[in-house]
Amino acid sequence: MGLGSDMYRQQILDHYKNPRNYGELEDPDFTHIGENPSCGDTIRMEVALDDAEETIEAVRFTGDGCAISMASASMLSERLHGMAVDDLDALDTDDITEMLGVDISPMRVKCAVLGRQVAQDGSKIHRGELDPDDRTNLEA
Amino acid sequence: MGVQEQYPFDVEAVRADFPVLDRLVGGDPETPGEGPGDDTPLVYLDNAATSHTPDPVVDTISDYYRGYNANVHRGIHQLSQEASVAYEQAHDTVADFVGAAGREEIVFTKNTTEAMNLVAYAWGLEELGPGDNVVLSEMEHHASLVTWQQIGKRTGADVRFIDVTDEGRLDMDDAAALIDDDTEMVSVVHVSNTLGTVNPIAELAELAHDHGAYIFADGAQSVPNRPVDVKELGVDFLAFSGHKMCGPTGIGALYGREELLDAMQPYLYGGDMIRRVSFEDSTWEDLPWKFEAGTPSIAQGIAFAAAIDYLDDIGMDRVEAHEDLLAEYAYDELEALGGVEIYGPPGDERGGLVAFNVEGVHAHDLSSILNDYGVAIRAGDHCTQPLHDEMGIAASARASFYIYNTVEEIDALVDAVREARDLFA
Repeated sequence: MGLGSDMYRQQILDHYKNPRNYGELEDPDFTHIGENPSCGDTIRMEVALDDAEETIEAVRFTGDGCAISMASASMLSERLHGMAVDDLDALDTDDITEMLGVDISPMRVKCAVLGRQVAQDGSKIHRGELDPDDRTNLEA
Repeated sequence: MGVQEQYPFDVEAVRADFPVLDRLVGGDPETPGEGPGDDTPLVYLDNAATSHTPDPVVDTISDYYRGYNANVHRGIHQLSQEASVAYEQAHDTVADFVGAAGREEIVFTKNTTEAMNLVAYAWGLEELGPGDNVVLSEMEHHASLVTWQQIGKRTGADVRFIDVTDEGRLDMDDAAALIDDDTEMVSVVHVSNTLGTVNPIAELAELAHDHGAYIFADGAQSVPNRPVDVKELGVDFLAFSGHKMCGPTGIGALYGREELLDAMQPYLYGGDMIRRVSFEDSTWEDLPWKFEAGTPSIAQGIAFAAAIDYLDDIGMDRVEAHEDLLAEYAYDELEALGGVEIYGPPGDERGGLVAFNVEGVHAHDLSSILNDYGVAIRAGDHCTQPLHDEMGIAASARASFYIYNTVEEIDALVDAVREARDLFA
């Protein structure tokens, strides 16, 4: 069995079929949407912060896309609970592939990291470090 | 009788000319060739994206570089003469292949897209203005759609799109309504790269000409797969690419009626396209060289002709029969699988490709899993994003066939699709 089927180990299929934290928050501190137009992958992330705006208290996401992008967003949503905002900023591609626990083929990396990018860009917009009109687009 | 016994030519003999078909794959792009995972026979079904290159065509490229590499049209020496003659004769071969009058009507371009842009810039920017319109179809490839859309914005011309019916065919009533006396150009794809639909170009040509408009057929998916004759179709322009028909990348052709090309100004300026240059002004070379500025793709142009010779040896009638046989078989087998939605007309009324989606499986996931079984297909929007929007889908999977594909390879595709469907069930 090669890289492809390996990419769809039980954990990924499970998160794809039963996404965690799927839905919307009542009172999010920020909401952001991102997409990969050629895949048609779209992810919307909602994040609630603590009063000091230093720690993530709750995350919900909705979206439409391939198993890699949806499972990655689902697993990330679990991991973000209780995470410091600084640590969210520091998440890189390696952290995501490590979280997924499988090798991601080069052509599919943009699927895997879409959820992370949406969360990071949303956080930056919330802090005024990014233009709110920017939609996250990993193909731009 | 098995479907294989109906092959219109010796497919195994053809396959022997394509060594790449014997390689093993395993979905690991970091280590192409022998290595971990590289243990599965390749089933190459991405021919609408690009076809493979047979040994005689590869040899033609190699012979050029080893034997007579030189620039064309500017050397008195023997190598330049040999290269010039071969490069010019390649235009004659392409002209014969599509029924053009001669090399004057064949401009070599980089690909179909560049041929489309050549006409859009050289003719469209000059001739179009507010009040004019250009009529396209909803199933255009971005090569034509984006080009005319942007020329429309720059000139103020209206760009219209002929409806596609639920069966994936052009709505000819809509075509008749959209094409009017203000229409200057009808630019329509001959065979859809997504739906597989074979469009009635001759009928559209008549409609266009009745209203004094020109017609441009995008032949990227038709010229490689079926006999195409510009006179029979009645087209004014036709574009196609070498790399989808056994030739190399970097070479394509624009057919244009001589009087139209003659009246058009050059699209690119520079060397090789001029006759006389002073500091104040310049005059242009004869057709087709007027449109081929700078050093062209010489080896690729000569190899393009070799690819056409290769296809002519098989016979385009038989190429078409083989494509039809494989497309119908694939359509029927995928439909019988269940949980598969196929786009476009029925199996016996299409070009050699089938685009589809498997219920609950994103096309990119499907393609990744198929890759594990050695099956190479295209997944995405196939450069027809607006058509995918119309169909209400973000992406689709597409299997496309060529002269070396077999019924057994389609069985391998269907088996792998079944595995993917079951994995996600």
